[in-house]
Amino acid sequence: MTNPQTAPILSLKQIRKSYGSLEVLHGVDLDVRAGEVVALLGENGAGKSTLSNIISGTVQPSSGQMTWQGVAYAPASPRAAMDAGVGMIHQELKLLPQLSIAENVFVGRYLTKGGRIDRPAMEERAHAGLRRLGLDISPARLVEGLSTANQQLIEIAKALTLNAKLLILDEPTAALGGEETQLLFRQIERLKAEGVGIIYISHRLEEIRQIADRIVVMRDGAKVQEFDRGDVPIRTIVEAMVGRSLDRMFPAIPAPQTETTLEVRGLTAPSGRFRDISFSVQKGEVFGIAGLVGAGRTELVRAITGADPIASGEVLLHGRPATPRNPRDAIRNGVVLVPEDRKLQGVVLDHSIAENIGYANLRDVAGGGPITARKLHDFAEGLIAKFGVKGRGTQNAGELSGGNQQKVVLAKWLARKPQVVVLDEPTRGIDVGARSSIYELIMELAREGVAVIVVSSDLEEVLGVSNRIMVMAQGKQAGILDRKDANDVSVMELATI
Amino acid sequence: MLASTRGDTAQGANGLRWLSGLKGATGPLIGLILLCLFLTVATDKFMSLRNILNILDQISVLGIMAVGMTLVILIGGIDLAVGSVLALTMMVMGYLANTAGMPMGPAILLALLVAGLSGAVSGLMITLFRVPAFIATLAMMSVARGLANMITDGQQIVGFPSWFSMLAYTRLGGFLTLTVAIMLVVFVAGWLYLRYSAGGRSLYAIGGNPEVARLAGIHVNAFTVGVYVVSGLLAGLAGVVLAMRLDSVQPTAGVSYELDTIAAVVIGGTSLTGGRGGILGTIIGVLIIGVLRNGLNLLGVSPFMQAVVIGVVIALAVAAEAFKKAK
Repeated sequence: MTNPQTAPILSLKQIRKSYGSLEVLHGVDLDVRAGEVVALLGENGAGKSTLSNIISGTVQPSSGQMTWQGVAYAPASPRAAMDAGVGMIHQELKLLPQLSIAENVFVGRYLTKGGRIDRPAMEERAHAGLRRLGLDISPARLVEGLSTANQQLIEIAKALTLNAKLLILDEPTAALGGEETQLLFRQIERLKAEGVGIIYISHRLEEIRQIADRIVVMRDGAKVQEFDRGDVPIRTIVEAMVGRSLDRMFPAIPAPQTETTLEVRGLTAPSGRFRDISFSVQKGEVFGIAGLVGAGRTELVRAITGADPIASGEVLLHGRPATPRNPRDAIRNGVVLVPEDRKLQGVVLDHSIAENIGYANLRDVAGGGPITARKLHDFAEGLIAKFGVKGRGTQNAGELSGGNQQKVVLAKWLARKPQVVVLDEPTRGIDVGARSSIYELIMELAREGVAVIVVSSDLEEVLGVSNRIMVMAQGKQAGILDRKDANDVSVMELATI
Repeated sequence: MLASTRGDTAQGANGLRWLSGLKGATGPLIGLILLCLFLTVATDKFMSLRNILNILDQISVLGIMAVGMTLVILIGGIDLAVGSVLALTMMVMGYLANTAGMPMGPAILLALLVAGLSGAVSGLMITLFRVPAFIATLAMMSVARGLANMITDGQQIVGFPSWFSMLAYTRLGGFLTLTVAIMLVVFVAGWLYLRYSAGGRSLYAIGGNPEVARLAGIHVNAFTVGVYVVSGLLAGLAGVVLAMRLDSVQPTAGVSYELDTIAAVVIGGTSLTGGRGGILGTIIGVLIIGVLRNGLNLLGVSPFMQAVVIGVVIALAVAAEAFKKAK
């Protein structure tokens, strides 16, 4: 553990950053010591990214001082920061899939011998970096096809090979399952023991307790609270993040009706990613699907909504066969998907909110006539107001926060009055504050009699919103738990069968 | 993008709303106006009704093809085959009408059918076999050119009914030739489709992000094939128009037209990555190329130098838009 008496390796004093007249960081102080994990928490827009971009040289501060290992520090570029020993691992991995692991580690600074690339030396040093993380894979292997967790570790190995003394990890577990997260944490412990300082950014508060030595909470561009230990109750952290006390994280769950809306019988994927899945969802029920990453949850719900092919088995709606062949079939039957990856599957980022909402409803917008800007607008504005999207219809979807983008995706579908709404990781990457409004929307759907399926890697979320929970493990259904029998232990037991 | 995109609220400037369809092409429009002003001053022949009508005649082939290309590029595709399909259509029509003695009407219809079919083949290669559009249409470009040459073993066909070629010269009401009228109809149809129909708006969705479009229930594959069919058909129609203008058909017609067409679309502000652009921009792009060629001729600039100038204009137009966007 940390010795709090040691001098910080990185020290920030009164760091400010303005864009034009808009100040986004209001004089932030931050210390990081060798061998400690500082969790940097806050909602989207709190200033975490700007601050870490300043430390990693991507953005230059408007004023303030930084000291790195005792000397003044003002990196002009990410490269300068890296040379000084500060490495940032971005949320979106920046690896080149067609290159080998060793090439990725040394990209931009290939080792050469006599003017030629020295592959053996690169592979040897890359391997040493990987070993330090307990990862024993050949550095000559292509990155393509490696799991997200391993890619994450390679990014870290890359920073380590460059002798990083401070690592900034931005949402490193966003795409990881429970087991992979534990693997990553073990490696982080190892790095701490070697004296590497770590700034850890995450939205998953439950993991902070496990990994952090200190917690710094930011809100609206300022540091609002600092805790000198990691095991702070989640509620306390959340209250600091949102700046108000929370009565409850999850809204009350309505009781489902008796009528069965959706039934799935023996569903199997051509790839075998899920096999022989059978369950039914009642009208007004929220049906959770839990499991580790790779358990086949996303593939299953994509198949139910026609986005992916089905090898065998059937889907029934109100007892009638409704196995979709493509998303159009499913949509026509009133079965819609709010996909896992908003930016790649949910919205067209550089098109307007109104257009995005329109894309699933073009016939309705047209109403038999031409589609005019005004019609599209009137159609969208009503939904924007109804779902509380913070933005104007003319704004590009890419300018919205994750929570508001998600509401745009929901609005697009709910305009069609669907019978079954499937949400895959509905709050991934969304602030705590905005999450509760998404939960509220889910409950509203259930009250209106929609059958809702929620897939989530966030155990607390799945437990908090579902009437029943199906747990999947390695493509099979491990069991279905009633709300009263479900808790993190019972779910994890099934998930790790 | 729609009229409603930022900076142009539904309340504002109703009279000029149609102009907002130019989003992304306001720079080229200013460029076109400046170019016209310059040529008006620099030459005494440019700003005459006769010369303007001439320019319209000259751009009719390019204009018709550019509408199809706009649709293709909007969905994030590319059609390299249009020049060859144009030649193939001309040769099929010429063979049927001249060698086989078929009346002009059916000959033209059959030739257009061939054009549409070649577009369908490209579209099916792209959707069914997942061949990248660049490669699929490159293949079609080669095949169509080869077929065009095979019909007459590389020979041209001359001699069509005199009414046929007169269509390119008789000015209806002393004003527009039929070929220009065809171009204008294609422009208006393309503009209405893209702006006001569910299908047209779907093309923007597909170009913006095909996966989002598919999950939104848009029939991405059907639209993709349809767009290549339209592109082929319009290339064929442009071939018929070119045959009217030349009163002959030859298998070497339309070489490198695909590049002129892509240039016109791109100068007009349609994004090569798809999802952004429109017909009004393309019309401006076509006009810029037409006016530039005409003006350079009037100024007595050599054709070789003209190619250089047009290349520079393409680079400048796209760089200016990219620069504006980055700011």
